[in-house]
Amino acid sequence: MRPNHGGESARRQNGEALRFDLKDSPVRELNRALHERGAEGRSIRVANPGGKHNVAVGARFRGEVFIDGHVGYYCAGMNQNAAIVVNGNAGPGLAENMMSGQVRVKGDASQYGGATAHGGLLVIEGNAAARCGISMKGADIVVGGSIGHLSAFMAQSGRLVVCGDAGDALGDSIYEARIYLRGKAAGLGADCIEKPMEASHREELAYLLDQAELGGMKAGDFRRFGSARQLYHFQIDHLGAY
Amino acid sequence: MCGIVGLYFKSAALEQQLGRMLAAMLVQMTERGPDSAGVAVYRRPVGAEASKITLQSGDDANWDDIHARIRAALAPEATLEPLANHAVLTLHGDGAQAADWLEANLPGVNITSIGRAIEIYKEKGRPDEVIARFKLEEMAGSHALGHTRMATESAVTTEHSHPFSTGLDLCLVHNGSLSNHNRLREKLRAEGIRFRTDNDSEVAAGYLTWRLSQGATLKEAMQSAIADLDGFYTFAIGARDGFAVMRDPIACKPAILAETEHWVAMSSEYRAIAQLPGSKHAAIWEPQPARIYSWERAA
Repeated sequence: MRPNHGGESARRQNGEALRFDLKDSPVRELNRALHERGAEGRSIRVANPGGKHNVAVGARFRGEVFIDGHVGYYCAGMNQNAAIVVNGNAGPGLAENMMSGQVRVKGDASQYGGATAHGGLLVIEGNAAARCGISMKGADIVVGGSIGHLSAFMAQSGRLVVCGDAGDALGDSIYEARIYLRGKAAGLGADCIEKPMEASHREELAYLLDQAELGGMKAGDFRRFGSARQLYHFQIDHLGAY
Repeated sequence: MCGIVGLYFKSAALEQQLGRMLAAMLVQMTERGPDSAGVAVYRRPVGAEASKITLQSGDDANWDDIHARIRAALAPEATLEPLANHAVLTLHGDGAQAADWLEANLPGVNITSIGRAIEIYKEKGRPDEVIARFKLEEMAGSHALGHTRMATESAVTTEHSHPFSTGLDLCLVHNGSLSNHNRLREKLRAEGIRFRTDNDSEVAAGYLTWRLSQGATLKEAMQSAIADLDGFYTFAIGARDGFAVMRDPIACKPAILAETEHWVAMSSEYRAIAQLPGSKHAAIWEPQPARIYSWERAA
């Protein structure tokens, strides 16, 4: 299912958008509305986030949340179902532990974006800082720009797509997540290796690029990285790699 | 956890607003550091032949008496401008030499800064209390740094508060923790660097003082700090004509930089920068690990 965002779906909403101005009202009021199913069928528009923390955390309803500005720590954490758009930058811990739905950031995201996320799609149109997708557990993350060091550290499952470059120690101690990288990696982490791009990989990558709506990206321009599976079981010869 | 803010004007147009803008930023960092707060303000520079020294004492300090003693024995022309439990001393001649005399002859009086433009005010308490106490919002100037402290490794006292002076018109604020500060402090003590507390950030400041005294430039001193300081840090460093920002190679501790045609701002979090006029149209980015960012006004 393709999550909705932008103007396309506004026509499909029942009723007027619910509006929150975080200059005047506390973040908790917004989040309470997102936790309850009562808002379903309406879209939510958030003005003046001003870098506040915990904006749109724990959303459970099926609908759109449009946040007009920059957000602080932990935006869209634990998201289920909702399609959240940040028209700005996001601070550390974006979409941490997301379960489902879609989170899209129009600008850049700070460190550990998508950490431990179980499901859903996180799109960062700009750059992501260090530790993007650390310990991801099934989510898909697509980054339009570059990512910082130690990204996909111990990533267990899901896919991390990077249209730019990756920082040092990419995929360190990675399990079964798959990394698709268009640019260069400053360095690969322990047990992370380049793997061949099979037809099935090109197919899933093309699907993710289409979902992310970044435009102009060809699956054939990416390389795949994943686990060499040498660190799964302790071997004394590998002591130095842990 | 701690909060850092820095604000630097590219031209003189906004100088009257410096204190008010920095105060608005500092208040946003209250949750990151409710234990104590401090600011370094670069303002009212004196000429090359003179020095400014910020003094700090207990709440019952008799500044008139202190002033009289300084005029009688050290510098007859000295002026002293008290502000709560701090006071700015202005005199002719070498600031470092005067500081030696002050330390030897005025027990209970601490020196928070020495230079020609810098003034450092710091105190226990919430940022809004510290801002009110030192009337920060009324201060004009060219640039300033601020710090809110949540103590993690040493006591909550005025002396443990940031910013720390690192030399003439130089100061440092720190978010993070250093793990090799005890050994490094001993090494620096042997080199003649003086420390007042067991605080880790003071060691980072002392390290820079030591490298600068060896003839290193500020950039060279910061570069070698990456190799010699073990731990987590985002540093903001103030100098007479500019300021610099550096994060450790792991870069766990947050930092945001923003720039418009009028100002450059640095903070632990964007919400402090959001308080500034023009922030909506600022270029905003996160400093890279182990890279030095610096701005300097042409002399």
